Amino acid sequence: MLLAITIWIFTLITVILFTDLVPEMLELASGQWFPETASVHGAIVDAQFFNTLMVTGVVFILAQVALGYLVFRYRERPGQTAYYYHGSNKMEWAWTAATTVLFFVMVSMGYGVWLDVYVHAAPEDAIQIEVTAQQFAWNIRYPGPDGQFGIVRPELIDDAAGNPLGLDPQDPTGEDDLVVPTMAIPVNRPIELILRSKDVTHNFSVRELRLKQDTVPGMMIPLRFTATKTGKYEIACSELCGMGHHRMRSFLDVLSDQGYADWLEDQSEF
Amino acid sequence: MADAALTSHAVHEAPTGFIRKWIFSTDHKVIGIQYFFLALFSVLLGMILSIFIRFNLVWPGTEIPLLETFFPVGAPGGVMTPEFYLSFLTMHGTLMVFFVLTTAPQGGFGNYFLPIQIGADDMAFPNLNMLSFWFTFVALVVLLAAFFVTGGAPISGWTAYPPLSALGEIAGPGLGTGQTLWIVSIAIFCVAALLGALNFITTTIDMRTEGMTLMRMPLTVWSWFVTAILGLLAFGVLLAAGILLLMDRSAGTSFFIPGGLVVSDQIIDHKGGSPLLWQHLFWFFGHPEVYIAILPGMGVTSQLLSTFSRKPIFGYRAMVYALFGIGILGFMVWGHHMFMSGMSPYTAIFFSLLTTVIAVPSAIKTFNWLGTLWRGNVRLTTPMLFAVGFVSLFVTGGVSGLFLNQPSTDIYLHDTYFVVAHFHIIMGVAAIFGIFGGTYYWFSKMFGRQMSEFWGKVHFGFTFVGVYAIFTPMHFLGMAGNPRRYAELTGFDFLEPLASIHLFITIAAFITIASQLIFLINFFWSLFKGKKAEINPWQATTLEWEIPSPPPHDNFAGKLPVVYRGAYEYSVPGEPLDYSMQTAPKTAES
Repeated sequence: MLLAITIWIFTLITVILFTDLVPEMLELASGQWFPETASVHGAIVDAQFFNTLMVTGVVFILAQVALGYLVFRYRERPGQTAYYYHGSNKMEWAWTAATTVLFFVMVSMGYGVWLDVYVHAAPEDAIQIEVTAQQFAWNIRYPGPDGQFGIVRPELIDDAAGNPLGLDPQDPTGEDDLVVPTMAIPVNRPIELILRSKDVTHNFSVRELRLKQDTVPGMMIPLRFTATKTGKYEIACSELCGMGHHRMRSFLDVLSDQGYADWLEDQSEF
Repeated sequence: MADAALTSHAVHEAPTGFIRKWIFSTDHKVIGIQYFFLALFSVLLGMILSIFIRFNLVWPGTEIPLLETFFPVGAPGGVMTPEFYLSFLTMHGTLMVFFVLTTAPQGGFGNYFLPIQIGADDMAFPNLNMLSFWFTFVALVVLLAAFFVTGGAPISGWTAYPPLSALGEIAGPGLGTGQTLWIVSIAIFCVAALLGALNFITTTIDMRTEGMTLMRMPLTVWSWFVTAILGLLAFGVLLAAGILLLMDRSAGTSFFIPGGLVVSDQIIDHKGGSPLLWQHLFWFFGHPEVYIAILPGMGVTSQLLSTFSRKPIFGYRAMVYALFGIGILGFMVWGHHMFMSGMSPYTAIFFSLLTTVIAVPSAIKTFNWLGTLWRGNVRLTTPMLFAVGFVSLFVTGGVSGLFLNQPSTDIYLHDTYFVVAHFHIIMGVAAIFGIFGGTYYWFSKMFGRQMSEFWGKVHFGFTFVGVYAIFTPMHFLGMAGNPRRYAELTGFDFLEPLASIHLFITIAAFITIASQLIFLINFFWSLFKGKKAEINPWQATTLEWEIPSPPPHDNFAGKLPVVYRGAYEYSVPGEPLDYSMQTAPKTAES
């Protein structure tokens, strides 16, 4: 066993040097585990992660050290006899109660932010944007100046003819709808996404915004957030959707108010 | 012999023909060995698939010699296509979950040792037992056939979420015939698992020998018993879900397919179904399935820790209650797989709280294992090393679960490599450590020869360090947001800096997999050339250690044992040896 572990330690050190992992690890050690958050709720999600890390980290270290210590301390030696002991109900109750309280306090702290993103109604002035996923692309729709999304009909869908959502030309509210492959939003404004899918289940996720939600065919799922930092972020599919899952990418531009207004204007010119 | 055939004990006569003895055997020991080898074949195949998976993540687009010969469509020019990668991913998961983790600990060790440990001469229904193995075998053959049909194996993952899995070839390669074979295979497997579960439950309740009260049963028996109850309740649901999915594919029903779908510009003629219905049915099976894989490992770990600490198990009753607690709660937490699925967000909080409850019996088990080691006289044999490794992995995989059972943190970690790390450690590797522990512990009883302790320890050293080297960095990939089930990591800017971590994992995986050859050589060499085994080489107390290695056809040579003690009476004060067999009458004082 010692032989095996020694070989491993040598191998791991070699591999770490060879694969250029040292800078990676230094970065990890400095706490840069997550990409910097760019949304209001993201900061709370991160805080809950690190609270959990503190609690479970202590539990993890104590348990592993205790395991190693007990095995070493009570390893078989001549003259040592094991203690004939069947356990103690008092201790069973003690550690049951302790873990229950610890774990429940910890997880309960995280429910507020969950309710913010998924349950609490979006503010009146939230900007509505519809996201429709398909194999293997994203369609982003803005309601246009009238603030209303036009009717879509599956039988009118025609990717080649430039109508990927099946917008109904007979419907006047759809005339000013804007359908684009990438998303732009203004910073510090509440956003409400409406998530849909044309074919199979996908998942809309943006790392920096701490957003992730399945897009399910047959459902319209709301997702609310406010971005706090301008920048260009990658939208990734996070639910296996077929052979092109790994390349189902789009972008989300978080812009200043002026930048967003300019972007909208640029898009409408087409 | 002719007369014996007329008596009620006729079934216990050893069969003489090769076919009845080794192929269509009704002997639970032979069936246990058959399950064991089926799982061994599956785990080797599953591991080979993971080599390709890890290879492609680090060196996509590289030509692999001979691959084109076997898979001209999936790997033109010897280069894996994304759909080929996903088909390997699907088959890896399916083989490992169903044909290894469900099969080896329960069908293999459970079949072999449950009857012996309760003092029975066979399972309650020997023919049913044979049938359940052969159903499993057919299920495996049907599954493997999916590699060789047009379009190849399915690409929808082991979870087979519709509509992807329900629409047929239009949704992608492998989703035609390959997906159908996959569903049929799983349905057959469900039938096998149901038959097996019935048999285990009946045997445990009805076939215990005189004096084997419930609270004297080894914890291995308790774990197989609870696992069988879970299997009986869970596999029925998966069977029903599989049949519904088949009907959606071929009978025009719409259980899982909603209206208005447009795939590749074609309208799908279905309406009214719900993709979430499948997820509910699947995870109602799928979460108990996690415990079906891990509970027998807990039983083996308890048995080994007590035996090799030379000490009674700490808190036997608490261990039994915790097993039942985990089993019952295991049916109430399936929704934690679905926080991001679009189900009601209130439900998420309900499932999150119940999942937290399940952490409590899991913690109780860990405390009791540590309590068993405390003030013991610990013999670090190979099986003991794997049992200690199991506890370590169970703790590691358990605490990472506490990040995922909170919907708020799961928003970020869902479907990333953090999840891959979590479930591989707790459900895959910990359960495998239970299987390794059981193999090194019971090999001598099953095959009459001993495995090499030295090479067993070397194997442990490589494997224990290896699995941590593979799966620890995956947590960091998850924290960096790396989604799982990506065939290549070249499509996103944010994945580029993670390439070196992936390379590290791949190298660690290759070395760990290669070191499993130490186990295989030790196993097969010992099978034929190992030292002849004694009856009780580990000085253990349970009933299998009182009969020859390997045991005779009816286990106890016609004379069922009488039990006087609990299963873990080690180091009893005032007795001559540090272990007291279950059949040894208590002395006056004790």
